[in-house]
Amino acid sequence: MTNQTSRDIAYLRTEDAPVLPPPVDSIGLIGWFKKNILSSMNDFSSFGAAVSSVFYAVLTFGLLYIGLSLLWGLFDFTVLSAVFNDPEGLKRGVCTTVAQGGVAENAVGACWPYVKAKWQLFVYGRYPAEELWRVDLVFIMLAVGILWLIWEKAPFRKWVGLFMLTAYPVIALILLGGGKADYEQSTVGFFLIAGALFYLAGVLGLRDKLGEVLLAFGGGVKVFGIALLVIGLVMLFLSFDYGLEKVATDRWGGLMLTLVVALTGIVASLPIGIVLALGRRSKLPLFRVLSVAYIEFWRGVPLISVLFMSSVMLPLFLPEGTDFDKLLRALIGVALFSSAYMAEVVRGGLQAISKGQYEGAQALGLNANQTNKMIILPQALKIVIPGIVNTFIGLFKDTTLVLIIGLFDLLGIIQNTFADANWATPTTSMTGYLVAGFIFWLFCFGMSRYSIFLEDKLHTGHKR
Amino acid sequence: MKLKQTILAIAGVALAGSLQAATLDDVKAKGHVQCGVSQGLPGFSNTDDAGNWTGIDVDYCRAMAAAIFGDASKVKFTPLSAKERFTALSSGEIDVLSRNTTWTMTRDTQLGLNFAGVLYYDGQGMMVPRELGVTSAKELDGAAICVNTGTTTELNITDYFKSNGMSFELVAFEKSDEVVKAYDSGRCNVFTTDRSGVAAERLKLTNPNDHMVLPEIISKEPLGPVVRQGDDQWFNIAKWTLNAMINAEEMGVDSGNVADMMKSEDPSMQRLLGTSGDFGKEIGLENNWAANIIGMVGNYKEIYEKNVGPDTPLKLQRGVNALWKSGGILYAPPIR
Amino acid sequence: MQDASSKGSSVLTKLLYNSTWRGWLFQALVLLAVIAFFVWIIGNTVDNLQRLDKKTGFGFLDQIAGFQILTSPGVSFMGYEAGVSTYLDVFWVGVINTIMVAFIGIIAATILGFMMGIMRLSKNSIISAIATVYVEIFRNVPLLLQILFWYSVMITTLPAKRDQLSVFGDLGGLNKTGLYMPQPIFADGFGYVALAFLVGLVGCWLYSKMATGIQHRTGKRPMGWPVYLLLLIGVPLAVFFLLDRPLSWDIPVFNNEGPILKRGFERETGMVLKPEFLALWIALSVYTASFIAENVRSGILAVAHGQTEASQALGLRAGLIQRLVVIPQAMRVIVPPLTSQYLNLTKNSSLAVAIAYPDIVSVFAGTALNVLGQEIEMIFMMMMVYLILSLSTSLFMNWFNGKIKLVER
Repeated sequence: MTNQTSRDIAYLRTEDAPVLPPPVDSIGLIGWFKKNILSSMNDFSSFGAAVSSVFYAVLTFGLLYIGLSLLWGLFDFTVLSAVFNDPEGLKRGVCTTVAQGGVAENAVGACWPYVKAKWQLFVYGRYPAEELWRVDLVFIMLAVGILWLIWEKAPFRKWVGLFMLTAYPVIALILLGGGKADYEQSTVGFFLIAGALFYLAGVLGLRDKLGEVLLAFGGGVKVFGIALLVIGLVMLFLSFDYGLEKVATDRWGGLMLTLVVALTGIVASLPIGIVLALGRRSKLPLFRVLSVAYIEFWRGVPLISVLFMSSVMLPLFLPEGTDFDKLLRALIGVALFSSAYMAEVVRGGLQAISKGQYEGAQALGLNANQTNKMIILPQALKIVIPGIVNTFIGLFKDTTLVLIIGLFDLLGIIQNTFADANWATPTTSMTGYLVAGFIFWLFCFGMSRYSIFLEDKLHTGHKR
Repeated sequence: MKLKQTILAIAGVALAGSLQAATLDDVKAKGHVQCGVSQGLPGFSNTDDAGNWTGIDVDYCRAMAAAIFGDASKVKFTPLSAKERFTALSSGEIDVLSRNTTWTMTRDTQLGLNFAGVLYYDGQGMMVPRELGVTSAKELDGAAICVNTGTTTELNITDYFKSNGMSFELVAFEKSDEVVKAYDSGRCNVFTTDRSGVAAERLKLTNPNDHMVLPEIISKEPLGPVVRQGDDQWFNIAKWTLNAMINAEEMGVDSGNVADMMKSEDPSMQRLLGTSGDFGKEIGLENNWAANIIGMVGNYKEIYEKNVGPDTPLKLQRGVNALWKSGGILYAPPIR
Repeated sequence: MQDASSKGSSVLTKLLYNSTWRGWLFQALVLLAVIAFFVWIIGNTVDNLQRLDKKTGFGFLDQIAGFQILTSPGVSFMGYEAGVSTYLDVFWVGVINTIMVAFIGIIAATILGFMMGIMRLSKNSIISAIATVYVEIFRNVPLLLQILFWYSVMITTLPAKRDQLSVFGDLGGLNKTGLYMPQPIFADGFGYVALAFLVGLVGCWLYSKMATGIQHRTGKRPMGWPVYLLLLIGVPLAVFFLLDRPLSWDIPVFNNEGPILKRGFERETGMVLKPEFLALWIALSVYTASFIAENVRSGILAVAHGQTEASQALGLRAGLIQRLVVIPQAMRVIVPPLTSQYLNLTKNSSLAVAIAYPDIVSVFAGTALNVLGQEIEMIFMMMMVYLILSLSTSLFMNWFNGKIKLVER
């Protein structure tokens, strides 16, 4: 009824008002500028607000100026005034001015021919030139493996992950070192035989074939046997002759060494860290005390002192005549150090598991080991993956410290090339540091993005 | 029971393998000499881009390998920092340390080391930029000095400046590359280390000709190879490897003519090259040990001129390192 | 089968499956293994030391050290002089230098980090973008590289020794040999000025307590900052002038004449910060600040948005919302990770060894170790220093953390 009449009333609209475009100053670049930049500095309604507006204006444009001039400086250094080619093979001459004994007319920026000439050193160190394919192969396997693991829809991810954590390190070690390690046959035999015996004893013990004691402790004995077997097998594989030339570790260097140190550190520290984290939360006081002492000790001292210790003091701690590779000593130091940090990361994950999980496991009749293995760790480790990635980023950056004890990692080898008189120019060191900085940045930034992505995925709470 | 015994037996064998035997037997068993060298000092021990070691310290190690195995390539090198070197030697990580190490009484007597002789007579020198117009170290009052934390360099320079009543500033770096860089960029006015080291590091400067080495030598630095105390046989081999090279120069044998000299009638030549007497056997080597050294590595003159002599970038004159006959102080005991 | 075994050795079985007994057994085994491990290591070390005939013990600390150390806070504080001071003095020089660079590094990193963290959350896109770029660059590049970079910049681009970049007008300058500043010389009465400042500080504290009391009773807070200003600055200043200005300045002298090596800033005049110190300080602060900025950002974001909205509903101004509501709650999230950043900075100061700043690693575990060769004692002492520093920093921060936690109910 009213419908009918209201339609006829003249002052009522019968159609929608036209949709006007938004005001010019609220869209596009101007709108963005007004909303995101001007809004903090256009309030002059009171004295306080005016002061704050002026402050923001000065801050914004001051910072913008500094930022842009830095950016311009970088662009100028790396592109505009940089030298890109060295067609006549002048080496340092091409990057120095006439006054400095070169051919350039003006002072030059980055000296890219230097990077080109030394690139192989940066990546492989002094690895023999004809054997470089081995390093490449290790790199490629690593890249494929990691991409596979990151890509969530890839098939067999579990198996690839297992491969990367177990077989890959051994294969990489064989490829890089060349095998033919001269271990005493008796040592390898000892590990293999003892490992097999312990393993058998454990298995049979669990089946109640070897009496009370082994029935009760069969699990531990089995694990111990497996550990010995693994050590023995790795030694065995390393000592085979694969027809590869042996490359001593003092020829490893560059990015390759950086990756070796960082990856070994992370792979070795994960199991130790898990044991320590479980120990720190153990009900048994001795385990707790030992874990806390270990963790707090290594976290309390700087890595450089650990490296000094492993390079200077380790030989004194071991029996006379024990021969130890320099790289291996550094790796031991790095692993001991990073496992303390890893333990804290894992502990964070363990603490996040609710008590109900433990109680549920108990209700199902699982014992402490089974609870940890089947209920707690799978959940906890999943939570701490971002933390592990972050620890890895820290470790990756910290590998540069090995240069102080005389190993040539990426930064070490780059610094070492500054001493080459053939390439000594005023900008060589700046160019080298830029390259090193960029490579490290690329790796660390990439990994930190990945860790943030994982965190977001795991983070199911409320977000703003 | 049986199981336990088996395990013990295997463990026993494993342990026995790692127990220390005499150094020479050890070296022969593993098939190479492990030699400690510096982390990079041109002319003494340095790697080229391909990773091959060169230098006078390196050649000494090759000579030892030649004497022991008759093959100068059976040697492996461990680059060591100043801090690590003695621990590396005493822990058995290396068999001989040939790393421009100064022979001092403390080291010889308190650190459990034995110096096998002097491979190079050196002294601490100083380098300054030419633009300072300084001609003598006595004019360096007020200078900033860059050094590499060695063991004696800082002590020597402090003593020198203090005894001359001059003020100075000491900037001490852990790695030699950083010292050179700091000096080159003008952080310091003076660069100091062993004279030979100064000549070597000078090559790394942007404009080597803008810098000069001052005439003063402020310390005695006899550099030589070092072995562990308590193994006389190994000590003898180290000592006589060096003596053989010096004697060879004195007697005019070099890698070129050693084959001819093998036929020499001269009794002292015959003793050196092992064609008469059992001098090699007495120190646990083959009798032609010295002939191997000379043939495969060379006599002292050859390795000097190849690595640090006037025709190399280092351009070091023989000076005191000449034979005693030609006005130097190089004097090796005779082989008889 | 089961019956037989349980009957056969029931005591053993009971013990083996009794979790308390099992626990003790495991602990005993592990303890035994740990003890055996340490006995083995100590035995080896003793053997090795005996075989090498090496000197042991801490007797070396009384020996005279014969090398000079770079001018640094520790050297001036200990009055270190080559040929007179002992190795114990060298140790303390190193310790003081480490503490000094860590301390002022922590201050600079905190200020810079809070600034960047707050800037990252700014509504102004330019400011937040700049802060983001800062954080992402400096966080992802190794600290050692940054230290070498800053040092390299300093010794290649600054003016040479006989030249200077004026920073304080005639009062000092900057060149390759360092940053020269006037040094305050405190006359006898200056202690009273410092005392007056302390009194002013206590006065401020009492006044603010009183003001809070008045506010609680009457709802009005009495005048604030002018009183604080008077107490903190006015009182000491009054004492200062009453005592006839017991403070003078030692201004660095720039010398353009005389022997070429003596030109430039004269030694022993003014106060100098060496480029090694500056480079380490800048690198440590800039690097750590990028982490602190992230902590600050996440701390502020962790305060639920409802808190801000509720404050707005109560009619609080933006500044007050930040100061009274957001920051106190954010601090609780910020402080624990801040502790570990401070610890990291302290430990990272050991990288001084790369650029010749005489901290404990460089001068004691470096130069002195090279001369004396007593690795075990010296590295032990160095590690103890870091452990003590770490423990005391975390104790202090735990105390501080407890303080701000009290607000929570």
